[in-house]
Amino acid sequence: MSEILAEKIGEQHQQRLATREGIAVGLATAAYGVSFGALSIAAGLDIWQTCFISIVMFSGGSQFALVGVLAAGGVVAGPAAIASATLLGVRNGIYGMRTAPIVGSGLWKRFAAAWITIDESTAVALAQPTPHSRRVGFWVTGLAVFIGWNITTLLGALIGDALGDTRAYGLDAAAAAAFVGLLWPRLKRMQAAAVAVAAAVVAATLTPVLIPGLPVLIAALVAVVVGLFNWLGTPGVPGGASTRRPSDGSGRDS
Amino acid sequence: MTLWQIIIAASIAVLALKLAGYLVPPALLHKPTPARIADLLTVALLAALIAVQTLGNGQALVLDARIPAVIVAAGLFAIKTPFIVVVLVAALVAAGLRALT
Repeated sequence: MSEILAEKIGEQHQQRLATREGIAVGLATAAYGVSFGALSIAAGLDIWQTCFISIVMFSGGSQFALVGVLAAGGVVAGPAAIASATLLGVRNGIYGMRTAPIVGSGLWKRFAAAWITIDESTAVALAQPTPHSRRVGFWVTGLAVFIGWNITTLLGALIGDALGDTRAYGLDAAAAAAFVGLLWPRLKRMQAAAVAVAAAVVAATLTPVLIPGLPVLIAALVAVVVGLFNWLGTPGVPGGASTRRPSDGSGRDS
Repeated sequence: MTLWQIIIAASIAVLALKLAGYLVPPALLHKPTPARIADLLTVALLAALIAVQTLGNGQALVLDARIPAVIVAAGLFAIKTPFIVVVLVAALVAAGLRALT
């Protein structure tokens, strides 16, 4: 009897911890929604367009990629911008395969869950010890990030709008720094680091000869080739971080 | 394409991928090669975007205040500085260098 009671208290404790972690991650992520909002305005988008992206696309890497390519190449680079954002969104699909069993059944529930399936919600959910706390962790994190990210996107867009010449404020460098922050926690493996260096070299080398956006897409082929043949990879270890811990405990979600 | 068309197309594509993850059989995930490629794809795209964002100016490659800013950013991430602080410092470094030169 007391054992069951202890288990119940333990379960409640786990759920409280999951809730607290989710809210903390939501707050940390929201803070950098400001930089997305401002960078999007700097890339030539208006406030409505900027907020639309944060609501519907709702995936940091893809969002930064879209406005980054548009900033460099303008509307002409549209197809490449779409392709970059989409390719960066592939990992969310992989996360979905792992979070689907956590969320459970129900069409609308699954639809809402898919919408908020991102690095952060997946990472917090999978880090919890019990099925119930995993579910709590997933929803609390996803919703906290969704609400915070959209509020701060609007805030950043308003700030960016008020700044005027964004280059003078170093916002172009801030965009590059934001990508460094997204990449950093993924570089623990030799294979990933090698792919990163090779992709950067390919993209820089092709920039003067191809239309904006294309160099980034061609650099992505480095990942396909290295991944296919598993060069520099550890034999017997399937995939990198995403097969076990999606977000790898990156700086911003800890 | 108009800017709105680009934004809507990209947003729907990214959302569709999320939904797809809830529809495919989980067995696909256990195959190591697709999982590894998806993982490295993210790394390659981010690295390529850093290169273009740091060195590109349209189709030209230029060396300017963005380079020291990105180096400072990498150093700060290495010592686990919070994301928003690093992004702000990077902007300040670039803005400061431009104001001085």
